[in-house]
Amino acid sequence: MRARTWKLVGTIVAVAAVGVVVGLYVSKLTTEAGSPSYTVPVKTVNGKPVVDLTIQTVAAVGPQLSPSHPDFVSYLIRNAQGKWMRDTVWRLPAHATVHVTIYNFDGASGLRNSYLARPQGIDGNTYSVDGKTLDVIDPDDASHTFAVPAYGLIVALPGVADNAKNQCGYAPCSLSMAHRTIQFTFHTGSAGHFRWQCFVPCAAGWLYGFGGPMQTIGYMDGFLNIA
Amino acid sequence: MNATTAQPGPNHARRVIVAWIVLSLIATPLVAIFLGPNIPPGNGSDQATQQVFDNTVMVSLLTPVICLLLVFFVYALAQFRKPRGSALADGPPLREQRTVQLLWIVLTSLTVLFLAGFGTFELLQNGAGGGQGPAPVAIPSGPKMQVQVIAQQWEFTYRYPSYGGLETSQLVLPADTQIELHVTSLDAVHSFWAYQLGIKADANPGVDNVAYLKTKGPQTFSVHCAELCGLWHGYMFSQGKIVSESDFAAWVKQQQELFASVKQYMPPYSTAYFPDPQRRAG
Repeated sequence: MRARTWKLVGTIVAVAAVGVVVGLYVSKLTTEAGSPSYTVPVKTVNGKPVVDLTIQTVAAVGPQLSPSHPDFVSYLIRNAQGKWMRDTVWRLPAHATVHVTIYNFDGASGLRNSYLARPQGIDGNTYSVDGKTLDVIDPDDASHTFAVPAYGLIVALPGVADNAKNQCGYAPCSLSMAHRTIQFTFHTGSAGHFRWQCFVPCAAGWLYGFGGPMQTIGYMDGFLNIA
Repeated sequence: MNATTAQPGPNHARRVIVAWIVLSLIATPLVAIFLGPNIPPGNGSDQATQQVFDNTVMVSLLTPVICLLLVFFVYALAQFRKPRGSALADGPPLREQRTVQLLWIVLTSLTVLFLAGFGTFELLQNGAGGGQGPAPVAIPSGPKMQVQVIAQQWEFTYRYPSYGGLETSQLVLPADTQIELHVTSLDAVHSFWAYQLGIKADANPGVDNVAYLKTKGPQTFSVHCAELCGLWHGYMFSQGKIVSESDFAAWVKQQQELFASVKQYMPPYSTAYFPDPQRRAG
């Protein structure tokens, strides 16, 4: 009888322990990005954190940065050494001013929802496109969007003209190649874990552009880890 | 144990029934009064309140059934235990009990029929918060404000046709107003679930899924996608607001100013959209 009791207690404890481990693992998965994040260098201006985030969007990420999916459309981020990396999980400080520069080397495919052509959630709700201040673009001209839904941040990126010369084939693309330059500023809030994504189904070769890089973290979407 | 040699014992059936009735008479009102009002989804709309009432009715009906099971199990465990040290013996044979069979069939049939009638009645009152497709049958009376819910991977946006086709990424509704939601999608299959409003309607591309709600007082509510729709499905949530009429008017004005620059590019209002890039939404 005593042996049976110990067996029963042992089983209950083992099941509870496994449950706790599984629970902790699931909790970790749901509260972390799931991949290491790139810590964007921070400077301090007037005692407040300021970040320069420089990224590019490319039509094909290339074998150098993504050997398994060289044809995937992708975002890249420039690190402190000026090197372009395929890393879409970024660590940013809380309550910081973030100056974003996006070099878009991809052509236009158009927004599915025209409403997203209006920039929102950024300073002044306007942005700079090739040095010109805009509060909207023609939805047909959009190539991608940079959006952080939790911040209400939506920025449509105009694409490179179809007949532009010296278009970039594979990333990383040089700034001497045809591109659009988009600049805007937004502000991070409290610490948290926020996804960002492209709202243009831009996965060439997939049904309506929905598959591949649109459904794989690390290309057209990622996280802002605000700490 | 041989049935012919069994000693007459206590009337177990009577004991179980009495205990069941007593327990049910105590538990059912407690469940209906104290648990019922706290059952989801909440009190954000008439439909949500109606769902709380429906859930209360169901749980109240369920309580006597659970009581019967509990009483039977506890009684059986206590009464029909094998005495310590006694030999393992078979119980008395089961005999046909027509009265029990008849009661079982009649009671369960009545319960199921009542629930079918009750459920149908509740559904037909105002749609009960569910999507009714493009040709709804349960239409509440009176004027309604139309709001279109457009799902896409992975965000909901909202279009207000009666305010110049205004589109926003936050759902804001005026208090005490009858709302006619037109739920659709421009890419994959989603499901619009405004939890505290008691609204859940599938968002399918090419389909105008109509759902009704009557808002209550100012409050916030959560919106989730309730249909696995791809990579960021788990992040497809936001908060909506019910505000006073004056706050709603101020919010509309503010959004219209923000919306002004993109208005020229918006396609005419349509009740449905398609994934085809040539038939864009918004």
